[in-house]
Amino acid sequence: MERIPILKMGEFLLVSIQVDMHDRLAMTLQDDLTAQIVKQRARGVLIDISSLEIVDSFIGRTLGNIAAMSRILDAETVVVGMQPAVAITLVELGMSLSGVRTALNVERGMAVLQASLAADNGGGAGGDGAAA
Amino acid sequence: MALLRSEKLPVESQDDVVQVRQAVRAWAVELGFSLVEQTKVVTAASELARNAFVHGGGGSVELESIETAGRRGLRLTFVDHGPGIVDIEQAMKDGYTTGGGLGLGLGGAKRLSSDFEIRSQPGAGTWVRIVRWK
Amino acid sequence: MVSARKSLLADILSRSEKDIFNEWMAAQLRSAGSRSDLITEKELREQSREFLQRLREAAATAGPDDGDGPAWAPVRELLDTLSRSRARRGFSPAETATFIFSLKAPLFARLRQELGRDADALAEATWAATVLLDRLGLYTTEVYQQGREEVIARQQRELLELSTPVVELWDGVLGLPLIGTLDSARTQVVMENLLSRIVETGASIAIIDITGVPTVDTLVAQHLLKTIAAARLMGADCIISGIRPQIAQTIVHLGVDLNAVPTKATLAGAFTVALQRTGYTVSRPPRA
Repeated sequence: MERIPILKMGEFLLVSIQVDMHDRLAMTLQDDLTAQIVKQRARGVLIDISSLEIVDSFIGRTLGNIAAMSRILDAETVVVGMQPAVAITLVELGMSLSGVRTALNVERGMAVLQASLAADNGGGAGGDGAAA
Repeated sequence: MALLRSEKLPVESQDDVVQVRQAVRAWAVELGFSLVEQTKVVTAASELARNAFVHGGGGSVELESIETAGRRGLRLTFVDHGPGIVDIEQAMKDGYTTGGGLGLGLGGAKRLSSDFEIRSQPGAGTWVRIVRWK
Repeated sequence: MVSARKSLLADILSRSEKDIFNEWMAAQLRSAGSRSDLITEKELREQSREFLQRLREAAATAGPDDGDGPAWAPVRELLDTLSRSRARRGFSPAETATFIFSLKAPLFARLRQELGRDADALAEATWAATVLLDRLGLYTTEVYQQGREEVIARQQRELLELSTPVVELWDGVLGLPLIGTLDSARTQVVMENLLSRIVETGASIAIIDITGVPTVDTLVAQHLLKTIAAARLMGADCIISGIRPQIAQTIVHLGVDLNAVPTKATLAGAFTVALQRTGYTVSRPPRA
């Protein structure tokens, strides 16, 4: 059965969605990610959707679910690389994905995750360099 | 109004939903829609195809390229023989704002289309037609 | 009855095509609307010949009643091209429609010749022919209208794009001064411009200045929120500046929830916040 590969990068999980997903695949991704967050003790998830040309309400909800579930598992999620046409369409559709953090690209997304981790580990006024 | 070309596709499985997206995309590209317009019509089609499959128990979609007074458009008609919708007005609202909950995607599909028409009776299936004009 | 009528029109057109063509050309050249200043006789002859041919072919395939069907598509295509080309050259819609209507006289003359003895059949055939030519003539006016509307729409769009510039105020900070009303068409252009600039510049903050927006009602507020939501999906946060006191009142009265979008009275104020957010401080070196 096809699945979307999940890569481990330090304390983060990296997912790149490159195919036109049907609902089953999206649900499988949701399950796989939550399982991996626990198994790898990941503190962050980065989902790269720069290849996704369509994000409909189901995929949008799935991204929102992944963000919410990860948060409960003490991991932050960032979705990166949304195409402009997709963003405009999503907003017109009525989905703002307000519970999901976003960034322009993978590089920025990683910076967001790292900053969030540093804040969590008591960063701010020079912690003891606990950031990953 | 003139009908230039038409094609009928089944919506009986999740893979069919993906096929429908790709077919609608190809037609939209051929009709010369801009990228944003393409994305909107394909997304609307995805919502309606999913409805037909998930809520309607399966059905079909007819893709038509139409023309009226020199203006071209893509018309999609989704039909299913499922349980039908009891309160259409309410159903249109569910798709709005949250996108969470049941979200039948009808309101969304309407907002993404130029024209939208729906007919449904409990026990008699659902018929939805959208047009995106170029 | 229908198939009899169908083949009758096609018959007459093929048998008497030459005569009909000649009489039609004469009628066109005679009429004031022929505009010999805008179209040469040669071109007119070519267009008329082509039209008659397509008309005959369509009439032979499907009846004249079936005007919207695929059999008549070649005729409509020709009229599309013809009408648009004439519009560009400066023909009025009436002059373009006369191209079709002047075909009536020669056609009716032929019908009278064929069916003169049968009054009912003649009446019916004449009626069918007139309905057909009326519809085609009106079609040319619709296409003309559509052509004009497309020009206007395109000009509007160009105007919109010109009036919604997105400027890069600083490294990573975009400025979007909105002038005029924000309707849904405008919002689409604004969103497309803003998002593509975000991708181009990698900006993480966009300042939307609404000093030039005369009124902010619920719809305008919704459009603003949509634009801000779209920018956020691309990883950029927005600040609204240029909030006049009346607008602040309206926003509160309407109960619009700006969703924790920071707002500033002036562009300068917003810019200061943007700089801070992106890690810059502004300092003035001490005078020597």
